[in-house]
Amino acid sequence: MALSQPRQAASLAADLVSDITRNERDLSGKAFRIALLAGIITAFVVLVVLIVDVINVGSPVLSERLGDLLSSTLGSKPETSGLSQALRGSFYIGVFVLLVAVPLGVSAAIFLEEYARQGRLTRFIDINIRNLAGVPSVVYGILGLTVFVQALRAFTGPDSNGRSVISAGLTLSILVLPIIIITSAEAIRAVPNGIREAGYGVGATRWEVVKSHVLPYAAPGILTGTVLALARALGEAAPLILVGATTGFLTSGSSYLPSSLQERFTALPIVISTWSGRPGEDWRASTAAAIVIMLAVVLVANAGAILLRNHYEKKR
Amino acid sequence: MTSDQLPELAKGSFRMHTSASPPEVSTVSNATDEVFKVADLKVFYGQFLAVRDVNLTVQAREITAFIGPSGCGKTTVLRCFNRMNDLIEIARVEGSLNYRGIDLYGPAVNATEVRRRIGMVFQKPNPFPKSIYENLAFGPRLNGVKKKNDLDDIVESSLKRAALWDEVKDRLKSSAMGLSGGQQQRLCIARCVAVKPDVILMDEPCSALDPIATARIEDLMQELKQDYAIVIVTHNMQQAARVSDRTAFFTTEVNPEGDRRTGVLVEYNPTEKVFSKPDDTRTEQYVTGRFG
Repeated sequence: MALSQPRQAASLAADLVSDITRNERDLSGKAFRIALLAGIITAFVVLVVLIVDVINVGSPVLSERLGDLLSSTLGSKPETSGLSQALRGSFYIGVFVLLVAVPLGVSAAIFLEEYARQGRLTRFIDINIRNLAGVPSVVYGILGLTVFVQALRAFTGPDSNGRSVISAGLTLSILVLPIIIITSAEAIRAVPNGIREAGYGVGATRWEVVKSHVLPYAAPGILTGTVLALARALGEAAPLILVGATTGFLTSGSSYLPSSLQERFTALPIVISTWSGRPGEDWRASTAAAIVIMLAVVLVANAGAILLRNHYEKKR
Repeated sequence: MTSDQLPELAKGSFRMHTSASPPEVSTVSNATDEVFKVADLKVFYGQFLAVRDVNLTVQAREITAFIGPSGCGKTTVLRCFNRMNDLIEIARVEGSLNYRGIDLYGPAVNATEVRRRIGMVFQKPNPFPKSIYENLAFGPRLNGVKKKNDLDDIVESSLKRAALWDEVKDRLKSSAMGLSGGQQQRLCIARCVAVKPDVILMDEPCSALDPIATARIEDLMQELKQDYAIVIVTHNMQQAARVSDRTAFFTTEVNPEGDRRTGVLVEYNPTEKVFSKPDDTRTEQYVTGRFG
């Protein structure tokens, strides 16, 4: 039409203005944008409310007896109870995750992605690992109870009936193993194939390619998995209850160094859930203070991994 | 041929050999200029026959070009020459592929060692996401060059070889990812030269580059062919005509066993002949632009 009947310049200009200034076509796009914004605002508000509330309730305890709270042992009175044993237990759980779960998980991911022949078996294993990541943590607690606490009692702690920090650390390591494998495998898969070919092209062996090129490139993703795994392990309470974390009194000393990894133990989430069940304002404040401390512990534990991740990301 | 012209292979000085590696020295002493001799090569991906009837020889200090339409198996054949196809689990090779008298697919041959002698430049520039220096030093380090002075020398001479030295000599420690596409591809060529190979395989090395960068790489190839045998896969017929000494034309034919098309080598002749009076009408149709 435009070709057969050229429009007058004036009407063309008017049409043009109305054409290029109208914007009713993008209504659904705008609605989608608002929905997305609502999502992020909801998540953010919930987080802020939680943190503010916890800090608010816990602030008297945090300001009055922070040092005391960190150095005292578990007790029956809120004003003298402390978190030293819980901090110790959580610290060793973190160490177990870093020393057991991370190396095992990353190795498994490297094997699956770089070494294993891709086929029905690897797909089967892959699906199962993904399913394992979704298994409720109590189930891992039962596994820890039967394997580490009972079957391997001689190793995990003959005197504590196996209810030791070793059992806890190993149970939580297995709990987070699928997370580490999945995120690491994802990161390794995302390494451009050109980099591998370049390595093989100059005569590198598979190991040399993995060590020098694949792992450095995948490191940020692997470290993200480590952060997730560590946060999960430090926050889990249910499996620890099953492997026998102490909820009431713990006779071991207040020192941050354990006399033995085979001793009975407790951990921050256990203490928090125990304290939260006790009556009175004072216990409530202590619980909130413990939550703040646990958040701080998780942040500190992850700060290292995040710094390392940024370092590798810069190198890309 | 003087011993100086022979690539490092003949001197046998730059690399330790494992006892399992074949006795190269004896074959080199009576070596002709024939680097590769391919006879009745077939490559399968699983059950699928990707390319067949490949018969050709590659000469030292010559550029051999593979041309042909997409899917005709040029790259597949090229990747057999340094056993790069080993990385594809379902790939399988039949027929014979001799490199300086040694069966490349023989049971005792170590694919990693093969790739140290037969370097490869890929279609898409693929520098390591590391510094320019590290890109070049990686290969020599694998070969046991440890001293910093030696590595520095190799880095400098390789970059000069690839006509990149003047552009990057002041920023060897900065990331290779900051280079332009053409510079990255020359870096990849330098990286390949740094391990002192005998042959350089190039898989459409200029397809991601602009005409100026392409011209530089083509100049570079003329330089490099003084010392190396070069095999290049290209989609660009003019490029094959410009740079190569011999040209192999591949095409696809309907596979009698199935409906998928199999690549086949139609003609292998001196480039001049392929582009002026080829033996096969299909070649003629292709090079004159009437098909493919």
